[in-house]
Amino acid sequence: MTRELTCIICPKGCRLCVEGGDNRLTVRGNACPRGEQYAIAECTNPMRTVTAVLRVSNRYDTMVCVKTESPVPKAAMFAVMERLHQTTVTAPVSIGDIVMDDLFGSRIVVTKGAI
Amino acid sequence: MMHYDIVVVGGGPAGMAAAVAAYDAGCTRVVILDREPQLGGILMQCIHNGFGLHKLGRELTGPEYADVYAQDVARRAIPVLTETTVTNITPDRVVTAQSRHGIVKLQAGAVILAMGCRERSRGALRICGTRPAGIYSAGTAQKLINCMGYHVGKRVVILGSGDIGLIMARRMTLEGAKVEAVCEVMPYSGGLTRNIVQCLEDFDIPLYLNTTVAQVHGQKRLEGVTIAQVDGQRRPIPETRRFIPCDTLLLSVGLIPENELTRAAGVPMDPITGGALVDEHCQTQIPGIFACGNVLQVHDLVDYVSEEAERAGAGAAAFVRGSALLNTSINTQPGNGVRYVLPQTITDTTRDVSLFFRVSHPMGKVRCTVRSGADLLTALPRPRVAPGEMERITVSPDLLRRAGDTITVEVEELP
Amino acid sequence: MTYDVVIIGAGVIGGMLARELSRYELSVCLLERENDVSTGASRANSGIIHGGYDPVPGTLKAQLNTQGVELLFEAAKQLNVPHKRNGSMVCAFSPEDETLLQTLFERGQANHVPDLTLLSGEEARLLEPELSPAVTRVLHVPNAGIISPYELTIAAVGNAMDNGVALLRNFEVTSILWGREQFRVTAADGQVVSGRFLVNCAGGYSDRIAAMVGDTFFTILPRAGEYLLLDKAEGHRAHHTLFQCPTKEGKGILVSPTVHGNLLVGPTAVRVPTPDCTSTTPEGLAQSERLAAKSVPSIDFRQVITSFTGVRASTAGEDFILQPSPSVPGLIHAGAIDSPGLTCCVSIARYLTNLLSQQGLVLQEKADWDGTRPDPCAFRNLSDDEKDAYIKANPAFGKIVCRCETVSEGEILQAIRTNPGARDVDGVKRRTRSGMGRCQGGFCAPYVMELICAETGISMEQVTKCGGASRMVLGRIGTI
Repeated sequence: MTRELTCIICPKGCRLCVEGGDNRLTVRGNACPRGEQYAIAECTNPMRTVTAVLRVSNRYDTMVCVKTESPVPKAAMFAVMERLHQTTVTAPVSIGDIVMDDLFGSRIVVTKGAI
Repeated sequence: MMHYDIVVVGGGPAGMAAAVAAYDAGCTRVVILDREPQLGGILMQCIHNGFGLHKLGRELTGPEYADVYAQDVARRAIPVLTETTVTNITPDRVVTAQSRHGIVKLQAGAVILAMGCRERSRGALRICGTRPAGIYSAGTAQKLINCMGYHVGKRVVILGSGDIGLIMARRMTLEGAKVEAVCEVMPYSGGLTRNIVQCLEDFDIPLYLNTTVAQVHGQKRLEGVTIAQVDGQRRPIPETRRFIPCDTLLLSVGLIPENELTRAAGVPMDPITGGALVDEHCQTQIPGIFACGNVLQVHDLVDYVSEEAERAGAGAAAFVRGSALLNTSINTQPGNGVRYVLPQTITDTTRDVSLFFRVSHPMGKVRCTVRSGADLLTALPRPRVAPGEMERITVSPDLLRRAGDTITVEVEELP
Repeated sequence: MTYDVVIIGAGVIGGMLARELSRYELSVCLLERENDVSTGASRANSGIIHGGYDPVPGTLKAQLNTQGVELLFEAAKQLNVPHKRNGSMVCAFSPEDETLLQTLFERGQANHVPDLTLLSGEEARLLEPELSPAVTRVLHVPNAGIISPYELTIAAVGNAMDNGVALLRNFEVTSILWGREQFRVTAADGQVVSGRFLVNCAGGYSDRIAAMVGDTFFTILPRAGEYLLLDKAEGHRAHHTLFQCPTKEGKGILVSPTVHGNLLVGPTAVRVPTPDCTSTTPEGLAQSERLAAKSVPSIDFRQVITSFTGVRASTAGEDFILQPSPSVPGLIHAGAIDSPGLTCCVSIARYLTNLLSQQGLVLQEKADWDGTRPDPCAFRNLSDDEKDAYIKANPAFGKIVCRCETVSEGEILQAIRTNPGARDVDGVKRRTRSGMGRCQGGFCAPYVMELICAETGISMEQVTKCGGASRMVLGRIGTI
């Protein structure tokens, strides 16, 4: 198998070429080791960080921002959003607070709080 | 009138980093003025991640990146006047501002301009058709969704493939909207490659290059747009017109540094960047007035905004302390393949100076060069370059001393 | 209740008539199909106070234009509407044009237009340095001026309301019945309003209103005109309103400063099927640009901030239609109000009042009528010290909402609270200029929406750009 990818780990956007079979993949074009990790993950189990906003049950004029603390399976992004849409938080919440412990393997962490 | 060493106009990433750097350089009487209720500027609505990799070594969302600097400001007890709009700046550095408490006038030892930028509007593009609801700049939609929690539309077309437009394509898709297309009038995207991959390709959103929105339809709310491919002069080709039903059109067609105060103060401007002409300390041609961040030049990454702001903060602190900023003057200019170079002048040849520039069009393998006349001072190979990404090349004191009055930055395409 | 007079249409004619009638001991109701006043031809036009040299002597237009100029300047002062007597010039580029200028000059004399002069191209360029060298002769019209047409309409309606007139919005008239000495006017949503006298000021739709009572003696043939509005940086290109020699289709493309310091160029003149054809076209905008450059070659069209189309309520005939219905007593039609309708709005209002009186309406002056309206822009004209004192008493005026046009929260609240209160984002924009600047509302629209919600008690989902289906947001996130 050969697959062309654009690395999205950092803004450089290296063009990567992944070659190989089931148990051994080789990566070319990466400027750093993280590019290699990304390319292999992208060809085996692609992951994405999801960011979103949550409603605050006791505030009408503000939203709380959250992210998956670690990447979740790319295929699960919409399922993550659906769960987050059903979730509200209660102020006060602070940046860094954990609002869910395990959503597709990641904690949900607050990135902008509400006082 | 209140007196401060340094008045920073704008509390976004540039203003915060500049204030902190000025404070750390020994100017403790610093104040930040911002029109919003909290620090952070436009970062507060950029809830996506990808900020901070270069500067902080970790990947943060916009509000998290802002929080790092807001804490730096708080730790130094730098005063912040929020919901305060600056209405005038004089060449002798009197800053007039307005808030719910009244009008204040501040005499500043140095002023740092960090007002950021605004989005180009529909009117400036002269898109024909009606004027219904449902046409937003990408940033306005971002604010309505991320800060206020409202949906702006269900079927979306995005004009312009700038980063905010790409980010919003993903954001609206994740919120349940259908993004029908992203149209880009140029033959290439103006956004970062990673955003094309993560925001469009991940969701099978088509990107139509050489394509524009020729007409909008609908009396009250948008009912659809006619898109068309464009010819060499970027005019729509009639035979390629195609109607796409949609209730929302987002515009991400360029950012304009917000320099009304700068111009009113009489600061000489660069017509290409839309920002002030500055030296390597970010000092404008009016002594004591500095500019940094997107009000100086539109950046691709906030990390570079913070770096630039730190130079401005240190430069302003040096100005206030009275340590003469050297006035050896070398002018920089863009050559082949380069749209602009910043800073436009170099005053200090005793230290490394980084030149920032943008290429005029995407190219493959290139060599970026800095020349003084025929003398090649330095060169940097790059695997590929694009106008959406800021390039930098550093010139050492040895080389600067060798240079004449003017140095030219060029990009040569290699075979 | 049964009103003495019901007026259909809150454009500049309906609004000015309402104000005129509010002088008298009468109950008056003004009906408007949209969510705001001044949304049709009164919103999008050239904003010119025409000198009066153009109408053919002996017509209603000639008579009302000459009377109307001074009446409008007087009303603008009383109502604190931005206006300026900047004078106009009609430019000739050829011997044929010069012949036409002579005709216009003579018409102007016959219409008693004051101070008309014919200037050579050189003389004109001394007054107007950026005028094209191709201009050979100019008719100079010193009594002409410019005015903000939508602010005039808003002020006229507001002043009428302050003097007791009722305004019903979103009242789209679908039927008019006459019987027992009164009219019953029914709206699309079933509301009914009754009145003893009825005046049709429905602009582009005035023929449809007339047809509801069987009057089909006139048909509106809507004619669209496209305009480009340029940044204030280009406002200095013209001091006078610069016309080209008129043709059958209109007064030619003009180049004019606006009362707010922008530069306006346009309009084209194209027949369109309906009065709501307010689309701009590449051809129309290109034509406006090309012909404007003929008068002032130095205009920098990269400085365009917006473009728009206005639709004139023209007819096949040349003159205004201001007459009682031939079939129903007590109904007056004001139709075919195209140029110089804005100039004539006060004189038309008085003419209509006179017609109503002839139909039997008794006019008894109120003792306490007040024809003045406070200046909505009073705050921005204060000095810094005065502003500081004002903000200390009214903190909302300290908070800037629209950074491009420097509009404060206090001014926006005032626009929502003052008759006729703004109910949507465009309504706030027309009253305060919030969103009219360089960013075209990019930064301030969300904030304006919040203020409309807070003041009028509606939810964000109910806030519209311009009434009806023009919702700004569709719901809370997570709900679609």
